[in-house]
Amino acid sequence: MPYWACVAGIAMISCERRVNTAPAHFGYGRPATQQEIAAKAIAIRPDGKGLPAGSGTVQHGAVVYATKCAACHGVTGVEGPFNILVAPDTADAIPFDRAPQRVKAIGNYWPYATTVFDYVRRAMPFNAPGSLSDNEVYSVTAYLLYANKLIDSTAVMNAKTLPGIVMPARKYYVTDNRKGGDGPYE
Amino acid sequence: MSQKMTRRRLLLGGAATAAVAMVKSSFGKMVQTGIPEAAIDPTKQVGPLPGILGTRSPFEHPQRKASLTSSQTPLQDLYGIITPSDLHFERHHAGVPAIDPHTYELTIHGMVDRPTVFTLADLKRFPSVSRICFIECSGNFRKPDKETITPQDICGLTSQSEWTGVMLSTIFREVGVDPRATWFLAEGSDAAVMTRSIPVSKGWDDAMIVYAQNGEAIRPQQGYPARLLLPGWEGNTSIKWLRRIELSDGPFMTREETSKYTEPVKDGKIRQFSFTMDARSIITYPAYPVQLQKGWVEIRGIAWSGRGKITGVEISTNAGKTWQAARLQEPVMDKAHTCFRYLWQWDGDTTEIMSRATDETGYTQPSLKELIAARGIGTGYHLNPVTAWLVKRGGEVVYRPEKWK
Repeated sequence: MPYWACVAGIAMISCERRVNTAPAHFGYGRPATQQEIAAKAIAIRPDGKGLPAGSGTVQHGAVVYATKCAACHGVTGVEGPFNILVAPDTADAIPFDRAPQRVKAIGNYWPYATTVFDYVRRAMPFNAPGSLSDNEVYSVTAYLLYANKLIDSTAVMNAKTLPGIVMPARKYYVTDNRKGGDGPYE
Repeated sequence: MSQKMTRRRLLLGGAATAAVAMVKSSFGKMVQTGIPEAAIDPTKQVGPLPGILGTRSPFEHPQRKASLTSSQTPLQDLYGIITPSDLHFERHHAGVPAIDPHTYELTIHGMVDRPTVFTLADLKRFPSVSRICFIECSGNFRKPDKETITPQDICGLTSQSEWTGVMLSTIFREVGVDPRATWFLAEGSDAAVMTRSIPVSKGWDDAMIVYAQNGEAIRPQQGYPARLLLPGWEGNTSIKWLRRIELSDGPFMTREETSKYTEPVKDGKIRQFSFTMDARSIITYPAYPVQLQKGWVEIRGIAWSGRGKITGVEISTNAGKTWQAARLQEPVMDKAHTCFRYLWQWDGDTTEIMSRATDETGYTQPSLKELIAARGIGTGYHLNPVTAWLVKRGGEVVYRPEKWK
């Protein structure tokens, strides 16, 4: 075998070896800029991280609610026809595991107030999602928390006050404990 | 087929056949426009020539059952383990978005070394993987109070496809996920901008970003052009129309993991992050509205588990008094619908037939009574009870309703 063929053969073998191992990085995609991340990252964490500037009041929220929300959720949030939003937690309520018909709403079932802001901003109103200004979202959030007896009528909701609200349902939340196997059903 | 239908076909069949068989296209080619419903004698008439798209036989009409919020797969009409893509169940919260694959982007950021934007073409360049698994909605149980319901009504929110895409672990390595990241947010670009928080461990395990379903691009209803796929986990977590992944050190507590997709359990507790779908089975034949004849009957159905492979399915033909092993049809795959069969000789007496699945963790599908004893009656999610069909003396097969208490 001529010398050049030997060299070519070895080179080919080593090439094959290389392609059989995945590289650390493929180098696909392009870097995301801080600006475009900021424009897309709309999720709010329960500690309030991600909440925008601005604020809202119960009074302004009542106006926004009447115009943009009441048609689906009812004049006071309990009439429907779609999801009922108002059901304050009460000490004498029958626990949910024994009362399948009991209404689950913000006041008695939602564990974090930040979720109200996040969800309203991204998905509501149903016929015009994402159309509310941040101040309107803060105000509607304030109104819904007030209607669920979680804040008083003068409270102002903003990036500082909203995460501080203690939701009554939070103490009921437990993480899934099912594991499969032949133990007792969970 | 009724006498009337037969006569109508005899009268109209020939003419109708000629009308739809072949049409000359604008390019002068003969194109197929449909398969005739009934030729009088198919050996005496040339049929349609090859066409650009196949069609179902005009005699077959499998259909999903659609409501305002979902549409259910007709489990009783399917054969084998693959759900035809147009019969895959649908569940979404603000309709099906229209997304242009050329402008589609997936952004991955948060606790990563290299925040990156991927186009669809970028995702397709990565090493590709195909796998077969089910997707099931965790609300896949109707609390039935009447006899006249089908397998589709009871649990038609489960479907199975071959999915193709890139392992999420490959993408995690590409962007350099911070080892301290414990959760990631997955976000869709539908009008609900659907979000769920997912433990990072699932991303390293078997999660995928998929762009193909059963050999072609994912259907819009299933997440076109790309969706997350979390095998064995409740369907809602496999975010469709995936546009963003944010790595984080905690869950985001989105609406769909607090207000929804949580279940009240014993002592007033609310169970959260119930990701895995427990083992389940259902007899799809014979089931309502089948009319049974005395003699040999092959009982058929599907079994599946979000925790691994199905290891056994037992059948009872005497209302749960005794159980016998059914035969499992290969392939038996991880987190996948698995077919089972059991030959039974029906003597014509009233009885109840039922199936129960066991998976490789040793978990056996519970009865409704056992589920209620463990959790109470407050939940609508993760219900996987044994389902019984009542076979009446005349051969009528109906669902056997159970008390929800």
